[in-house]
Amino acid sequence: MKAILTVIGKDNIGIIAGVSQQLADLQVNILDVTQTIMNGYFTMMMILDLSKAEPNFEEIKKALAEKGDELHVQIKIQREEIFTSMHSL
Amino acid sequence: METTQILETIRMIEEEKLDIRTITMGISLLDCIDSNGAVARQKIYDKVTRLAEKLVETGKQIEMEFGIPIIHKRISVTPIALVAGASDDQNYTGYARTLDEAAKATGVNFIGGFSALVQKGYTAGDHKLIQSIPEALAETERVCSSVNVGSSRSGINMDAVAEMGRIVRETAERTAEAQGLGCAKLVIFANAVEDNPFMAGAFHGTGEADCILNVGVSGPGVVKRALEKVKGRSFDVVSETIKKIAFKITRMGQLVGQEASKRLNVPFGIVDLSLAPTPAVGDSVARILEELGLETAGTHGTTAALALLNDAVKKGGVMACSHVGGLSGAFIPVSEDEGMIDAVESGSLSLEKLEAMTAVCSVGLDMIAIPGDTPAETISAMIADEAAIGVINNKTTAVRVIPAPGKKVGDSVEFGGLLGHAPVMAVNTKSSAAFISRGGRIPSPIHSFKN
Repeated sequence: MKAILTVIGKDNIGIIAGVSQQLADLQVNILDVTQTIMNGYFTMMMILDLSKAEPNFEEIKKALAEKGDELHVQIKIQREEIFTSMHSL
Repeated sequence: METTQILETIRMIEEEKLDIRTITMGISLLDCIDSNGAVARQKIYDKVTRLAEKLVETGKQIEMEFGIPIIHKRISVTPIALVAGASDDQNYTGYARTLDEAAKATGVNFIGGFSALVQKGYTAGDHKLIQSIPEALAETERVCSSVNVGSSRSGINMDAVAEMGRIVRETAERTAEAQGLGCAKLVIFANAVEDNPFMAGAFHGTGEADCILNVGVSGPGVVKRALEKVKGRSFDVVSETIKKIAFKITRMGQLVGQEASKRLNVPFGIVDLSLAPTPAVGDSVARILEELGLETAGTHGTTAALALLNDAVKKGGVMACSHVGGLSGAFIPVSEDEGMIDAVESGSLSLEKLEAMTAVCSVGLDMIAIPGDTPAETISAMIADEAAIGVINNKTTAVRVIPAPGKKVGDSVEFGGLLGHAPVMAVNTKSSAAFISRGGRIPSPIHSFKN
């Protein structure tokens, strides 16, 4: 299962490191990353592969949300289909 | 996948209140018919709770994984008049109680189908069901009722229209302590559809499969935001903009419907392409009309603006999903739309204008509070007017008015939650009693004979 991760918040040291480490701990593979500063906000998107992940989607979502609180950014994870179905035929 | 597209989807959900308004499981109760009412009710309870056991849980799971809110999980059933008609029960309130218990057991917030289809005439079961409506709606919490009194094929059953005026009044009186809330759960239709996922008018038609999932999407806020970017541009641009955004909204409905259908192992029915407002700021159909250039909804030009909106939503949505159905059109309930409430309170939007608007959109005079002393014949005449619009124009129309007990024009009725609050609107005080007392049927229109 593929999912899209979005990280939005105030730029700071260690956001990418923190998020990547959390994903590695969850056995989630990163397929693609884009990162930019948009309107002054740190904005990162990742395409993830969850097929090797041990925990279920709900647990992954919770772990990432907690990591987001720790890093003072908002971390969201949603299944990829919601984006592909909305923007492509 | 582009960053901007991902952010657009997230913004639509988080800021513009895009959501899946409802996933509604339609369940046929035809195989629950029994000459013994108690046995039939037990079969109904067993079937509904068995098929819908995982409906709410599955809805929540999809919501969590896809990150899109699914506001309601609901059930619609075969019109109870058809099911209960075989039994010798004289009062069908017991069936409503059973549905209420099944709704509570499965966790859905509404169950629709305490209904009768009497567009041409009554069976004994239809008659008993209609007589049971006030008691059933007063004694249950989650049951919704609807009665179809006309169709383009068969005309308007004016006996039923007359009776429903009285039933609406009685329902309001029996739920007087809740300001007539029972009437918010009662819809009188012309050309009712069999696969509508929206309450209070949902029922599972006899032409449907045994069990099916229908989805209703929403997103007035998303449409308004898209239109803010084309201020002052021509209607050609407006129409294109609405179509594009309606396409995106509908794709969500299609995705969620398919996913839920797969997980529940129930066939996917239709997506209902409706713009359904809520009382929340930023979720209003009236505000879209105002964005198009009207100072306040209800002023001259409102009907044209609504016609364009309704048509463009359908055109955009049709290509986005495999099967379109239900009511499919913009809803204009007053109490459930913050902009409509404002328009009524400012004196811009009248009952007469709302009636005109119902000729070009779905569904009808919806969630409108009227004075508690409005005569039953006047309510019947309002139903007749709406039915006439529907029957002549081959569209669904409906009436869901609340004659709020003890309230007068200028007062306000507070229902709370998604039902919102409604300013009591003025009705024409001249009598329609002699017209309604004629009874009989208004014949079907000449253009219904198409064979």
